[in-house]
Amino acid sequence: MHPIVKLVAQRLALGFLLLLAASVLIFAGTTMLPGDVAQQILGQGATPENLANLRAELGLNDPPVTRYFQWLGGILQGDLGTALTNGRDIAESIGGRLKNTMFLAFWAAVISVPLAIFLGLLAVRYKDKWPDKLISAVTLTTISIPEFMIGYILVYWLAIKLRWFPSVAIMNDSMSLGEKLNAIAIPVMVLTLVVLAHMMRMTRAAILNVMQSAYIETAELKGLRMLSVIRKHAFPNAVAPIVNVVMINMAYLVVGVVVVEVVFAYPGMGQYLVDHVSKRDVPVVQACGLIFAAVYIGLNLVADIVSIVTNPRLRHPK
Amino acid sequence: MNMHLKELSTAVTAGLMTRREFVARAAALGVTAAAANSMLAGTASADAHAKPVAGGTFRMGVQGGESTNTQDPASWASDVPIAIGRLWGEPLVEVTADGSLSGLVAESWESSADAATWTFKIRENCMFSNGSAVTAEDVMKTMERHSNEDSKSGALGIMKGIKGMSTDGMNFTVELDIGNADLPYLMADYHLMIQPGGGFDDPTAAIGTGAYTMETFDPGVRASAKRRSDYWGGSQEEVAHYDTIEVIVLNDATARTAALQSGQVDAINRVEPKIAKLLDRAPTLGVQNVSGRGHYVFIAHVDTAPFDNKDLRLALKYAMNRQEMVDKILQGYGGIGNDMPINAAYPLFDDTIPQREFSLEKAAEHYKKSGHDGSPIILRTADGAFPGAVDAAALFQQSCEAAGIPLEIKREPNDGYWSEVWNVQPFCCSYWGGRPVQDQMYSTAYLSTADWNDTRWKRPEFDAMLLEARAELDEAKRKEIYSKMGRMMNEEGGLILPMFNDFIDAVSNDIQGFKGDPNGPQMNWYAFKKTWKTA
Repeated sequence: MHPIVKLVAQRLALGFLLLLAASVLIFAGTTMLPGDVAQQILGQGATPENLANLRAELGLNDPPVTRYFQWLGGILQGDLGTALTNGRDIAESIGGRLKNTMFLAFWAAVISVPLAIFLGLLAVRYKDKWPDKLISAVTLTTISIPEFMIGYILVYWLAIKLRWFPSVAIMNDSMSLGEKLNAIAIPVMVLTLVVLAHMMRMTRAAILNVMQSAYIETAELKGLRMLSVIRKHAFPNAVAPIVNVVMINMAYLVVGVVVVEVVFAYPGMGQYLVDHVSKRDVPVVQACGLIFAAVYIGLNLVADIVSIVTNPRLRHPK
Repeated sequence: MNMHLKELSTAVTAGLMTRREFVARAAALGVTAAAANSMLAGTASADAHAKPVAGGTFRMGVQGGESTNTQDPASWASDVPIAIGRLWGEPLVEVTADGSLSGLVAESWESSADAATWTFKIRENCMFSNGSAVTAEDVMKTMERHSNEDSKSGALGIMKGIKGMSTDGMNFTVELDIGNADLPYLMADYHLMIQPGGGFDDPTAAIGTGAYTMETFDPGVRASAKRRSDYWGGSQEEVAHYDTIEVIVLNDATARTAALQSGQVDAINRVEPKIAKLLDRAPTLGVQNVSGRGHYVFIAHVDTAPFDNKDLRLALKYAMNRQEMVDKILQGYGGIGNDMPINAAYPLFDDTIPQREFSLEKAAEHYKKSGHDGSPIILRTADGAFPGAVDAAALFQQSCEAAGIPLEIKREPNDGYWSEVWNVQPFCCSYWGGRPVQDQMYSTAYLSTADWNDTRWKRPEFDAMLLEARAELDEAKRKEIYSKMGRMMNEEGGLILPMFNDFIDAVSNDIQGFKGDPNGPQMNWYAFKKTWKTA
């Protein structure tokens, strides 16, 4: 069997076990939180009678282990179940939210990944000169400011003062692609500014590391232009670490943007998960947790495969 | 323009005030006579707008929605579901801004002499949005769903004391264990939306008698609704003027104000007190605050040591610097409280009850008299207990310290605060939204048997007075009883109530007819029905 196929098979099997472990942890964690879903739904309006009625209806009187295996039985048949809080089909609700999250993450990645790599290459080309320092200073500044703050600043200027883009990213299915892109313009800018520095610095460091090698010196000595040296000789050898950091940032764009979602009232997965955690709606928390875990596992797998494919020594092991 | 001035100048054009009066009152607000007169001219020319205009979309940016919300009225607890629910549903009656009642599904109502039997006459021309006419049977089923033994409704608490219900033609009759002169007020509760067949079959169908029908409902994100042509209340020129209503969930305070400033929404609720004055300076919108019945409280269990000692409770009450709380926590958007859950916004309020003043001497004196051993008194608080609760606790700690009372703050997580701390721990911060009438407020939280008796206030003589007042139809006598109850709470209760908070809304200048309503934010969530848009 080809080593890559074998690796993918191994990783997928391992990933499945990890997902199972994650589901146990999430279930235990959510169950351990104080209060249950019935209390959280009724809040200040709870009385002993309506609490008891609601608990009975939601099946909360079963022991936790029974509830976990009921849930597991459903999920193995592809049934995510219904939300305890509002009785909605989880697969359907999550579908819409996941689509929005992916939409935002996709456009943020489309802009930030090439931009970060390009800026990284530029910084190497002009190492220790003003473009390098300017790029580092700007990107390190934007990564150091909390993302909600960048959001508020951009909203103030671009939405309130100049009125170029909306301050709230309202999405619905009847909008055209152009309208949707206009709606997410500011959130995409914020996310780009947040993830830029990490990827840019990693690209710069990885390439500079390779630039110390003897074959780069050879390339320079045979008269290649600096940018060609970087593009043809340094970059391919620095791809593995760069892909790794790109994947981490993409995973962040999918699972870690709840603050940005709140600031722009964007209907993504993060806010959906937080709402259900605070209501102790275990099936929904489980479903979200599994999706997030799967995204991490999947993107890491991609990073590993890319590093093997780009490295002839790993591609053709003895 | 400043909302208050706007209201004044509208009053002139409506003939409710003379020009001279207006200039004088505007001067009191710091406006010169010349400016006031030109302002008046502006309103007069804009008088064309005083007549409602039909059409357009009203977009509300609302705090208080989650993706766990449903359209089942029984489960509503926060602002967004209520704002959405009002669009499609109506209870029997509504409480108006002046505290009186106005019929919705019920046309009229009357009681027996002992107030123990109430009969509501249902409107003949009232239709559900599914085309069927409302019957007294639908009304009875609705009340059953919120009060039967399987009920998981948030209204279960207020439905106690109903002995029997019956229908006769278009009449719906409620029989009570003991008389309740305020029963119609309870029927205005937002949970009690009249649904076809009581909503037993499909509680989340969102079919009711409201002026709008739901088009989209995306929990925790947005909802939109379209004007019905067959609304009983009349045509779009008369009432519910907008073609469509959108409710957009904006939980983040900055996102909410930014959306209003950038013109993405027409009105928002819960403007933060600290930015309200700044926001009011924006030329395209106005901030509207109204003093309501909601209040922020520090609650001690009167049956738990050390709070079972009356002198210790008094020491804590005297050590509370109420004016400072209103100035610093509410930024002036509110009024001081008097350790009873009632203020002037309630009918039958007795304003002669002496206000408790801040007095470190008296606090120290009572603390000494209490004989407390000097061990720290633990006050639990959380950011979510009420806006500014952690800061308020810190201010309280400082004034207590000045009086020699060792108060210790224990900060709790927001998550689980309402199930683990409030109504469980002996001393904590909390808030109450207020109720339309005194009886309901006291019955909810200060009756011995109340589920939400969060100060463990169990006094047979207090209960007796409450029940006596409840069945008393003579208003002068009722007021006297309520006054006695208020004085008793003020003196002996476990409730330390430093402030009543205002509702602070902000509304775009394109919206006409917006007025404050002490029953709730956004004109008690009826703004969609009572305002209209120009421009």
